[in-house]
Amino acid sequence: MAHSDERTSRLDAPTIVEVAPTDARRVTTPTKVGLGDRPKVDKLLSVRDLSTHFFTPDGVVQAVDDVNFELGYGETLGLVGESGCGKSVTALSIARLVPNPPGRIVSGEIVFDGIDMLRLGDDDMRQLRGKEIGFIFQDPLTSLNPTLTIGYQIGESIRQHMNLPQKAANDRVVELLSKVGIPRAKDRLNDYPHQFSGGMRQRVMIAIALSCDPKLLLADEPTTALDVTIQAQILELIQTLSQEFHTAVLLITHDLGIAAGMCDRVNVMYAGRIVETGTVDELFEQPRMPYAWGLLDSLPRLDDVRGDRLRTIEGLPPLLIQPPNACRFEPRCRFSRDICREQEPALTLRENPLHLARCWATEPDGWIA
Amino acid sequence: MATRSTALPARAARPRKSAGLWSDAFGRLRKNRLALVGLGLVTLLLFTGLFGPLLAPWSYSFQDLKSVAAGGGGPLPPLAYGHLLGTDQLGRDLFSRLLDGARISVSVAFVVQLVILTIGVPIGALAGWFGGRLDNALMRFTDIIYAFPDLLFIILLTVVFRETFFGRAMDGLLIVFVAIGLTSWVTVARLVRGQLLALKETEFVEAARAIGVTDRKIVTKHLLPNGIGPIIVAVTLGIPGAILAESTLAYIGIGVQPPRASWGSLIAEGQKYVRAEPHLVLFPAIAIAVALISFTFLGDGLRDALDPKLKGKQ
Repeated sequence: MAHSDERTSRLDAPTIVEVAPTDARRVTTPTKVGLGDRPKVDKLLSVRDLSTHFFTPDGVVQAVDDVNFELGYGETLGLVGESGCGKSVTALSIARLVPNPPGRIVSGEIVFDGIDMLRLGDDDMRQLRGKEIGFIFQDPLTSLNPTLTIGYQIGESIRQHMNLPQKAANDRVVELLSKVGIPRAKDRLNDYPHQFSGGMRQRVMIAIALSCDPKLLLADEPTTALDVTIQAQILELIQTLSQEFHTAVLLITHDLGIAAGMCDRVNVMYAGRIVETGTVDELFEQPRMPYAWGLLDSLPRLDDVRGDRLRTIEGLPPLLIQPPNACRFEPRCRFSRDICREQEPALTLRENPLHLARCWATEPDGWIA
Repeated sequence: MATRSTALPARAARPRKSAGLWSDAFGRLRKNRLALVGLGLVTLLLFTGLFGPLLAPWSYSFQDLKSVAAGGGGPLPPLAYGHLLGTDQLGRDLFSRLLDGARISVSVAFVVQLVILTIGVPIGALAGWFGGRLDNALMRFTDIIYAFPDLLFIILLTVVFRETFFGRAMDGLLIVFVAIGLTSWVTVARLVRGQLLALKETEFVEAARAIGVTDRKIVTKHLLPNGIGPIIVAVTLGIPGAILAESTLAYIGIGVQPPRASWGSLIAEGQKYVRAEPHLVLFPAIAIAVALISFTFLGDGLRDALDPKLKGKQ
């Protein structure tokens, strides 16, 4: 089968696992694990060989396929790519919120702060969500319950996870609300979401996500639903607060500008796979994958001639039902050769030790220097 | 700039307290004249139901045989011998008996809805939230109940339990309440299921999950309050049906036992004299009609008030 071929070929090639320290692996036990004993690990989050598939009537959609990455304590990692490339499903998988059915994490390992999350019981997982992993959703307009007050919704996480007396919990809600820049926070606790603007609601969402000092913040396109000025404010807020609380951020975005401004490192995803990863500087100065070139090239520039069409990457991403053993970007790639159609490239090292790309053309013996 | 800075403090003071869902809905309800009439009549009915015995000039079981004898032996017409609406052939004051009947109708209205809610909401919520096989099983069960002939079921139940403690509780009314409730929770269950099916896909549910809220809390704190409007409407519109069902049962002699009087049994007793003394049928019938119409008006008004988008549509 095509699939097993691909696996053996991947094993032969040097993969990201080589770069990533593997000490988190020793946590793995065959049985369920609890939250109690956590071995010390270097990285807050290690995702290894994560595959999340959706079992639809049309076939198995391999939305996330063998994704590997790591996130250090306090680090900000970007996950960029176009719609449907698996960014959000990756984040949902980390929080174990993939809607099941139809979705399921079929293989892989997610180690968060020494805990093997895929072996964690549902109750323990619930303990982790909100307390140690905060989640900011794309659309603040629909992510708040219209029938509950802002104060209740921010307090919900605090009541759930922190053993605080009523008074202290209330004080914390007020403090959070003013921290995310809501004026007269105390007066607004009993307001309902419809009394807040979009930007303010996203601030509230941030307050909820950070309410229990999480170690990891999953921000799934936190500014997509907002206009540009509000966008800048919200991003700045996420940045300052994550620095203040020393929270690591996994920032999912399709906006390369945002990734460049916010992140330490960036993963580029395409069709369920990570196709390039590196520090922001490397990735933007010397991308080593035609898809990343296309993404960068499609950004509007100041010296664009007025009236010209914006540049796009021709074509559409492939269907993720039984993808062939070939480079998934090949049908849209201007530089493709036969080998691209015959075998999928592995994620391999480029010039810099933290820079990896999945492309035959930019391999050391490839045809693009 | 100067003019702006003077304008700022005024803005800083909160101009108005923004209305919440309920005051908003009440504001809309107040503009609906029919609904207000309904509300007024419902309030009146509640009042008479609660304080009826205090208002009644006579006890519902007192037989004013002296006046009946003086009147010639049959039921007394309205206003005769101090009986506002006359008496039946046993000399029992019709007005007092109507007030007692109001008491029964009010308790039917609320106890039956309580039964319906305690059965319908959990079943609908379980089916809607968990979906899949459980949903399928619960909904097919619901279909069976829906297809089952109501009256037959109620009559069977009351006959089977007639001689037990359960059958005699509350003058034989409790079993009627439970029987009516057992046959009419279907609408509420389907409604709640539909609400949850739609609401559980919303992002705020995902957001609640993402902060570790338990399933039970998501359903009770997040989902049901969002679906409460239609549930209230369904309950209000279900009340006339319950009152009518109780009256029907009382008419055929099931439920409340003499000397207590339900509006249905009053009609049944009165129809023997309908040619000579039509008021014995007329007044209980009017009472039933007014009660049904007032709850229907109120329910329609509540639907428009709680869901303004629906207004004008069915």
